[in-house]
Amino acid sequence: MQLAYSESERHLATEVRAWLADALPRLPPRPARDDWDGRRRFDTGWQRMLFDAGYAGIHWPRAYGGREASPTEQLVFLEELDRAGAPDVGVNFVGTLHAGPTILAEGTADQRSRYLPAILRGEEIWCQGFSEPEAGSDLASLRTRAQRDGEEYVINGQKVWSTYAHVADYQELLVRTDPDAAKHKGISWLIVPMSTPGITVRPLRTIGGPSEFCEVFYDDVRVPVANRVGAENDGWRVAMVTFAFERGTGFVGEITEGMRLCRQIADIAKHVRHGDGTAWDDVELRRGIGRAAASFDALWSLTVWNVSEAARSGVPGTGASALKLRVGEAFQELADVGLRVLGRGVLAIEDIDGMHSARVIEEYLRGFGLTIGGGTSQIQRNIIAERVLGLPREPQWTS
Amino acid sequence: MDFQLTPLQEELRDTTRKLCAGRLPVASSRAAEGRVDAAAWRDLTDAGVFGLRVPEEAGGLGLGTTDAAVVFEELGRGLVPGPLVWTHISAGWDLGADVVAGVERPAPGAPLIVEHLGDAGVLVVLDDAGVWAVEPAALDPRPLRPFDPLTPVWQVGAVPQGTRVASAEAAARARLDGAALTAALLAGLAGGVCELTVAYAKQRHQFGRPVGSFQAVKHALADMVVRAEVARVQALAAAAHLDESSGSDAARAVSAAKVVASDAAYANGKVAIQLHGGMGMTWEVDAHLYLKRARVLDEAFGNGDAHAELVAARVG
Repeated sequence: MQLAYSESERHLATEVRAWLADALPRLPPRPARDDWDGRRRFDTGWQRMLFDAGYAGIHWPRAYGGREASPTEQLVFLEELDRAGAPDVGVNFVGTLHAGPTILAEGTADQRSRYLPAILRGEEIWCQGFSEPEAGSDLASLRTRAQRDGEEYVINGQKVWSTYAHVADYQELLVRTDPDAAKHKGISWLIVPMSTPGITVRPLRTIGGPSEFCEVFYDDVRVPVANRVGAENDGWRVAMVTFAFERGTGFVGEITEGMRLCRQIADIAKHVRHGDGTAWDDVELRRGIGRAAASFDALWSLTVWNVSEAARSGVPGTGASALKLRVGEAFQELADVGLRVLGRGVLAIEDIDGMHSARVIEEYLRGFGLTIGGGTSQIQRNIIAERVLGLPREPQWTS
Repeated sequence: MDFQLTPLQEELRDTTRKLCAGRLPVASSRAAEGRVDAAAWRDLTDAGVFGLRVPEEAGGLGLGTTDAAVVFEELGRGLVPGPLVWTHISAGWDLGADVVAGVERPAPGAPLIVEHLGDAGVLVVLDDAGVWAVEPAALDPRPLRPFDPLTPVWQVGAVPQGTRVASAEAAARARLDGAALTAALLAGLAGGVCELTVAYAKQRHQFGRPVGSFQAVKHALADMVVRAEVARVQALAAAAHLDESSGSDAARAVSAAKVVASDAAYANGKVAIQLHGGMGMTWEVDAHLYLKRARVLDEAFGNGDAHAELVAARVG
């Protein structure tokens, strides 16, 4: 058992650190939260810098521009990015972490060479089209229809929670190609150019205000049959293949973000007036911050555990659901403490008195999504109870 | 980076689990009211539970804190009674006793309750000046009614200074090792009571179905296993920090482990009683033993609240 980096991992860390020290000062100023054109420009610019340095898709095959890093090397890389305060994946999220890996695993040679290099170079942005108003936790009941017309599919329907759809060039879209088959059996996975006539994108306003989420409407949208990834009606399996790429690093960003928020809340607590002293003098708030930090320390340890397991066996373990469940809860527990630290500062989403209080409130509101998106906590508990603990299913819940 | 059990650790885990089930079943511990059984204690000693980290040239196994954490997780899972952690951390101090109880030196005049004192050959006292050995018989111990039926306790009056057996640095290190291994015990409790409750939920039928098929029950069980898993991994991480580094990283990892494991074991104990329904309220079902041990171990080597503050002090 070894928690510390190996010799070669330390070498990689040093190399990445040196590059970041040179690269980060070259970044342009960060755009405002609602400046979507600016954010696309910034995020794709950063992706291009990663690509030019050989760090884009660090764990992807060399043939497509990656460097075939092991799961632990990937973790070292992500830890160094966080330590240096590098930008997060931003609008490149779906392309580099979801659609790209799916095309890598299931796409044709033509599809791979057409789409993958552009993703890694930050030239093309992808969004996801999975959830629908009537298909959330029960995703396989999706109804957006694609009817074959010669060498084209004609798509009609609606998607929701489509992240970055308003800045994306392409969408990974799950559609129903056989309405008569069992619900998992009649789904196909399509590549849809967002410029295709008949597509309407409407940004969603969430509890946190303007967001990266969108609704997408399809009105006789025509895409070539050649844009299908995998066989017709095999799209459910194709979509699930992406999860096989999960090597335990999927929540690194949320955990490091939680740790950063811990430090910021502690910092604010030492400045916020509270009775005769500061919020930091309140033992209950201090313990709240300590408990949250302990949770994130433990979730980081669980990440290292899961990644080490993936590095040994090559396949992801069962830890992902447990990690997702606890990360969301721990984040919400921390943000709750954060709001209590702010006191009456919570009344305005503004940085009051030179403290980064607005971010605490924004993260608090965003945090509600962590136990909903990507499979609700209730679904994660079903998965853990039935697949890990072997408890019997409820007759109503089948998949 | 290879944060997984080694083959040796897997073997330690399996042997300890077998030893607990074979030589220290809960039924025997109940019958003995948690008093140390000399023969079973000898088996633990022979298995290396106490001398595990003592260097080989001094007659120990020369293993690390992670190896010890793996063993202590199993001792917790098996509800093994006795002053396991104190006997383990004092193994290098040559105290001449098989069973060692221990405490932090109390403030003058404060009442002092000591676990397992009646079975201990020596009482170890930690303070800022070092580690001290005290003769238990000189303390005029009075047995009390224990909260955990398997953790007998005694009250003592004034604690004499005793004989100094190790340095202040050794005392500081003993606190860290003690907290880390107690976290491992607690993680084992959290996992053990989860297993007990999952088995019950599969077997107990109501409304014509196993109660474990109802989401109200299975979701609570999912939370239990997640808490246990997170606690287990952080207890191992704390031990790994102690083996691989020193200083503030290790101290924070140990405190985080104690917080997470204390909270996990206590929450799982409470939920276990609830999910056992009426049976959970009975003396016969082991659920209450896990809950009570969790509460008792929370108070060993600094409770969850105290360690939460220590973590907070290291944030930033």
